[in-house]
Amino acid sequence: MSDAALLALSLAEARDGLARKLFSARELTTAYNDAVAEAEPLNAYITPTPERALAMADAADERLARGVGLPLDGIPVAVKDLFCTKDILTTAGSHILDGFRPPYESTVTEKLWQAGAVMLGKTNLDEFAMGSSNTTSWYGPVENPWRRQSGTKMGDNRPLVPGGSSGGSAAAVAAHAALAATGTDTGGSIRQPASFCGIVGLKPTYGRCSRWGVVAYASSLDHPGPMGRTVRDVAILLRAMAGHDPRDSTSAPLMVPDYEAALDGGFRGLRVGIPKEYRVDGMADEIEALWRQGVEWLREAGAEPVEISLPMTKYALPAYYMIALAEASSNLARYDGVRFGLRVEGDGLEEMYELTRAVGFGAEVRRRVLIGTYVLSAGYYDAYYLKAQRVRTLIARDFAAAFEQVDCILTPTAPSAAFAISEKSGDPIEMYLNDVFTVPANLAGVPAVSVPAGLSRDGLPLGLQITGRAFDEETVLRAAGVLERAAQFGHLPGFVAGGRS
Amino acid sequence: MALDKATVAHIASLARVRLAEAELEPLADELSHILDWVEQLNEVETAGVPPMASAAAARLPMRDDAVTDGGRREAILGNAPRAERGFFTVPKVVE
Repeated sequence: MSDAALLALSLAEARDGLARKLFSARELTTAYNDAVAEAEPLNAYITPTPERALAMADAADERLARGVGLPLDGIPVAVKDLFCTKDILTTAGSHILDGFRPPYESTVTEKLWQAGAVMLGKTNLDEFAMGSSNTTSWYGPVENPWRRQSGTKMGDNRPLVPGGSSGGSAAAVAAHAALAATGTDTGGSIRQPASFCGIVGLKPTYGRCSRWGVVAYASSLDHPGPMGRTVRDVAILLRAMAGHDPRDSTSAPLMVPDYEAALDGGFRGLRVGIPKEYRVDGMADEIEALWRQGVEWLREAGAEPVEISLPMTKYALPAYYMIALAEASSNLARYDGVRFGLRVEGDGLEEMYELTRAVGFGAEVRRRVLIGTYVLSAGYYDAYYLKAQRVRTLIARDFAAAFEQVDCILTPTAPSAAFAISEKSGDPIEMYLNDVFTVPANLAGVPAVSVPAGLSRDGLPLGLQITGRAFDEETVLRAAGVLERAAQFGHLPGFVAGGRS
Repeated sequence: MALDKATVAHIASLARVRLAEAELEPLADELSHILDWVEQLNEVETAGVPPMASAAAARLPMRDDAVTDGGRREAILGNAPRAERGFFTVPKVVE
């Protein structure tokens, strides 16, 4: 098989090809190592690990030859550089973690390696996962492999952002420089880049995938999850990543279903909620049209669309920012120049702390730490932080009430397609608005997936989002599969490693 | 909520982030702008609504109070910017 043909396989196809010995894990991994190098201009990877990948591929080939293959044997995946990987540089996209080589492996990545997966490297991200455009990384911005092709901005061929914060993972998967990837989603950081890059990204239920060994941003909102090219690929990956972990006290002690098998379950008669509050000002017509198309697709597959109300939707974003920033200011207190990472010497201990954190944190991280510190400080705690936590309760109640009427909810993933950074004003709130449709699921802890469903007039991918009941990823994935089959997306970005096969 | 320069300087000192004098004014404007936007939460009636800290089960699991890990001093100190004789080292705190 040519490299381009190998790189074009889905995870499920690659798994089946390896099992049938159509190619070896070493061949597949070599093609991907070359793809990672070819995709270097996208800056999707901070640390490629080609030698480790080949060693893991050889071990997979050895198991496959003995007929004792594991579920993900020989599958090359990328890891967001927020997951600690033993002895391999882990940066969180921040200067302040310079040179940090964790003495331990995160639970989620450990599970992937135990399932036979091959690590291609660590992918770029917004610093500490704080961003929606992958422009705040100390290691530079990531470029989206898609460019505008046609339409209203024809001829505008500026580089576009991949979304964020899991922008490196999304760009790598879309550009065929990884077969699949891990991401993390605190307010949309898996789903929004998946939408911008034309791939599938799933934020599982809070507690489904362990947070142990994932660099913390906002602990009550952080969700590790899978990113891939198809719904089936994401289902396969989720099964390997999920499961109870005693080292994460919020990890759910539940059995992990066979998500791939769940894709074949029935869809007829399912009730799909269409929340009227998601028709927000400034949303592009084409996204509204795609949403209506999505409703039709689900109806044709036998589902019953039901208009529902999630009245607190408009308050999700400000509540989210208060809670996330408060938790972030507390979590990021550990970066003090003493135990790991960067140290900037000063006159005494206090000055060392202050200089280390001034130099080590970028502008967006500093802004968020300062706001978080303010809203947790005496006199403001009740007005901002506690208020936001009460609104969070109301948002969770909105979902609980909706899920008494419907089995899942269909919305757009993001209010726009990918944009060029120069098209934004620099106002932080304008950037925060990217997450308007994705943050509610983080606050409520319910699962949600983005599926590529169409192209904008400019030729850029647009995603639709399915949200479901807590721990019912099966229905979410099944509905996503219906959308995927109906949409027949099948488009490739302008840049694909190995070329278009 | 309009924050002034002195408040920003105070927050920065609480957060142990050194700011240059020239950074205070623009940051005061940015933070005030964000907090103004957040104040739309005051439109929501929340009397009697309990705060939600997590989507996970309210009660944390218990485990035996037993040592399950340890003896990794070298590995842990391996990432320290400065370490001596088995300890993290910092600038002198006590005269």
